[in-house]
Amino acid sequence: MRLSPDALVFWRYGFLVLNSTIVTTWALMLVMTVGAMLITRRLATEGHISRWQGFLEIVVTTIQKQIQEVGLHHPEKYLGFIGTLFLFIAVSNLCAILPGYEPPTGSLSTTSALAISVFVAVQLFGIEEQGVVGYLKSYLKPTFIMLPFNIISELSRTFALAIRLFGNIMSGTMIVGILLTITPLIFPLFMNLLGLLTGMVQAYIFSILATVYIAAATRTRGE
Amino acid sequence: MESTSLIAIVSIITAGVTIAVGSIAPALGEGRAVSTALSSLAQQPDAATTITRTLFVGLAMIESIAIYCLVISMILIFANPFWNHVIAQATGK
Repeated sequence: MRLSPDALVFWRYGFLVLNSTIVTTWALMLVMTVGAMLITRRLATEGHISRWQGFLEIVVTTIQKQIQEVGLHHPEKYLGFIGTLFLFIAVSNLCAILPGYEPPTGSLSTTSALAISVFVAVQLFGIEEQGVVGYLKSYLKPTFIMLPFNIISELSRTFALAIRLFGNIMSGTMIVGILLTITPLIFPLFMNLLGLLTGMVQAYIFSILATVYIAAATRTRGE
Repeated sequence: MESTSLIAIVSIITAGVTIAVGSIAPALGEGRAVSTALSSLAQQPDAATTITRTLFVGLAMIESIAIYCLVISMILIFANPFWNHVIAQATGK
């Protein structure tokens, strides 16, 4: 029983490895990008709007409203990043319903990459909003003795994001694997359902936490 | 007792104790969080969406403590580096 999809290797050349995580990630990216391109080829604002366009509009406006409710006043700037996080994690967890599929978010590499990109994005959005000096000064904010604690809290938030998503998805797939060897008929089905639910919740949590961190970094004093 | 069996015994016991003790506190915390959220929903039903969203975010943060313990347990059982080391030594001999 594999701990993560990193262990299933398709092809290896020296230190370059093509494992199940990479293949699944690229397949998901391909499906989502090509699907979105096909749906948005002929956008209509009146008359007959296709169902797929309506579905995409619902998704985009819901994410935009959520970003606005957290406290970011120009959601268009952050919609690309946060929407991508949510959609990638949600689609990769929902596709667990397909047989023989292992979610790439069950590998610590994928979740660490997502968490590191959130960390970098928080710094970049903060600097864009407050300037380099202003943003770095915010680390000294309550008093300058808090500087090491602020830095530690930044790093531990990133670490917690990665481990939370990895732990939830990995334990979901592993529980189903273990149950399949014990009680094969009904229980793995319920655990698979629970896995789908937690996958969606974790996607939402990841993107909302990223939004909250960005909002905290871009909030100017006196607002 | 040789090192192989000692590592196996301690790993198994630790894995069980980790997840057992590590899920007590998050469960209690989540219970308190949900009960407070329910009473505030009863007091202010208009803020239902805000309360529900904040509740889910808070529950995920609390849950992640239990997830850390679960990850340690899983690593001890399925990807134990000390066990792999002694097994490699034993088969290499």
